[in-house]
Amino acid sequence: MSATPADGTPIDGAPLPLNTEALRKDFPLLARTVNGRPIVYLDAAASALQPRSVIDAMTRYYERSHANVHRGVYATAEEATALYERARLAAGRFVGAPNPAAEVVFTKNTTESLNLVARSWGRDNLRAGDAVLLTEMEHHSNIVPWMLLSEELGGLDLRYLPVDGDGRLVLDDLERLLDGVKVVGISAMSNVLGTINPVRLVADAAHRHGAVVVADGAQLVPHAPVDVQELGADFIAYSGHKAMGPTGIGVLWGRAELLESMPPFLGGGGMILDVKLDSFRPAPPPARFEAGTPPIAEAVGLTAALAYLDDIGMERIRAHERALTDHALARLDEKLGRDVTIFGPPAGPDRGGVLSFAYRDVHAHDLAQVLDQYGVCVRPGHHCAKPLMRTLGVQATARASLSLFSDDNDIEVLIEGLLEAGRLFG
Amino acid sequence: MADLEELYREIILDHYRSPRNRGELASPPAHRVEGFNPLCGDEVVVSLLVEDGTLADLKIGGSGCSISQSSASLMSAAVKGKPLDEVRRLINTFKGMMSIHEASLGHDHPHDGNGSGAEVLEGEPEEIDLDKLGELAALQGVVKFPVRIKCATLSWNALAQGLDEVAAGA
Ligand SMILES: Cc1ncc(COP(=O)(O)O)c(C=O)c1O
Repeated sequence: MSATPADGTPIDGAPLPLNTEALRKDFPLLARTVNGRPIVYLDAAASALQPRSVIDAMTRYYERSHANVHRGVYATAEEATALYERARLAAGRFVGAPNPAAEVVFTKNTTESLNLVARSWGRDNLRAGDAVLLTEMEHHSNIVPWMLLSEELGGLDLRYLPVDGDGRLVLDDLERLLDGVKVVGISAMSNVLGTINPVRLVADAAHRHGAVVVADGAQLVPHAPVDVQELGADFIAYSGHKAMGPTGIGVLWGRAELLESMPPFLGGGGMILDVKLDSFRPAPPPARFEAGTPPIAEAVGLTAALAYLDDIGMERIRAHERALTDHALARLDEKLGRDVTIFGPPAGPDRGGVLSFAYRDVHAHDLAQVLDQYGVCVRPGHHCAKPLMRTLGVQATARASLSLFSDDNDIEVLIEGLLEAGRLFG
Repeated sequence: MADLEELYREIILDHYRSPRNRGELASPPAHRVEGFNPLCGDEVVVSLLVEDGTLADLKIGGSGCSISQSSASLMSAAVKGKPLDEVRRLINTFKGMMSIHEASLGHDHPHDGNGSGAEVLEGEPEEIDLDKLGELAALQGVVKFPVRIKCATLSWNALAQGLDEVAAGA
């Protein structure tokens, strides 16, 4: 937004503003035009763009170091193994894991991480009739795995924390809802509303009831500083591709003693200590949960992505995106007034850079189609949160979500496109 | 914005704003079918009444984007009162128009590729007789936007399913 002070020192301890113009040059895809216009990428919540350093790191890996991990003894195999294990440390340190080497499991994505918890910890610890507390704003990936488990176990008592008119969790009944609950699933930040949830408060209460807490960090981890020890959850999941890394790699952090107690998830190579004709002994975590050849190049890319975010600083990224969110909320209101309805909390510390909206009565699909003509990438639909859509009383929303390189101009082009949609659909 | 104007022809906007044959028929005797587009949550409910080998009456319910709703409305106007074999032929012709042909994939258009899960047919497209489609031909611009093909075919698939179910005596 504004320029970086020449001497580079923070003013009053406030994070330094980002120079988005310079940062944009790091992202090759932003150089592309669509429909004759520069891309205005407002879909980071679905998947973020990659800086060149990530793409280069993966290319370099394939050109110089590729081999399968944990098996070969030749030079490149050792290099590949070292790079893969270094990624584990990076993925853990990024969220403040006290012992990343033992506590970080690589998966395919957030969805697989959450399924792993349900399939492994859940199947081992839950019985028919046990209560599970979720929130109405969960992504399907933190709902459906529990439903699958419920079917398998012969019925779990699935409960939901409701969402209020501002898109915040209603916690008035938290204690009552927690009664008898074994596991709590909570999104750290909503991918529809942008709400940053009070995970700590919910986790502390859940722990008093003896429940285990599974946080979905897919949206929060890439956009704000996260420290698992402060967050208070027992598990947290996030995706590489939403953190400017490659697709195909996800992270599950879990408390060491919980991972230690859990049975394997998938069976195969890499997750065993020994196999006989009639039995096997599982390896200790994290290997126990990583059957088969893992996403090695993706792990290398993830290391580069997290280093890129760290170099800029998560405090600064959050400050930038928060300021731009506030600005966007104000501009949308100023230019479109009552024609636009924005879902989620008003500007403030619990508001992340995800803006779901309705514009007049133009369907989200049609909005997104018109915006595409302006090069604007937004997402229409239910955002894999159908229960929340029902609560909001809408079928679909259009969603614009911010990245560290997003700026005022992106918001202006978005508004220009919306006005055109308004004209077209009258 | 030439592509957009091709997509959102006046006829389409007109059927979107003033949909024909809205509502539901009492079931029974009518047969009721729901169609969902899991990608965007669009919903269509087709009620159909078959009598003496004709589609005697038909109504459309549900809600969704301009393409799914106008396609349903245009469909209802085109098939209502028609003999079943003619309805079937129209369904096939329409779905033919809405298919992406392999030969047309891979050119350098920002919307190329088939991320939509729309049907991809091998080889060159067959000639579709647009005259037979009448007003429905207005929807041909949708093919340039593969993600939207599912919106356009939603009500047609529901209708085809309904006819099958009626034929099977369901
Ligand atoms: C809050 C939230 N949870 C989970 C997911 C699933 O992530 P993935 O598709 O990478 O598994 C997403 C992304 O769509 C999300 O936004």
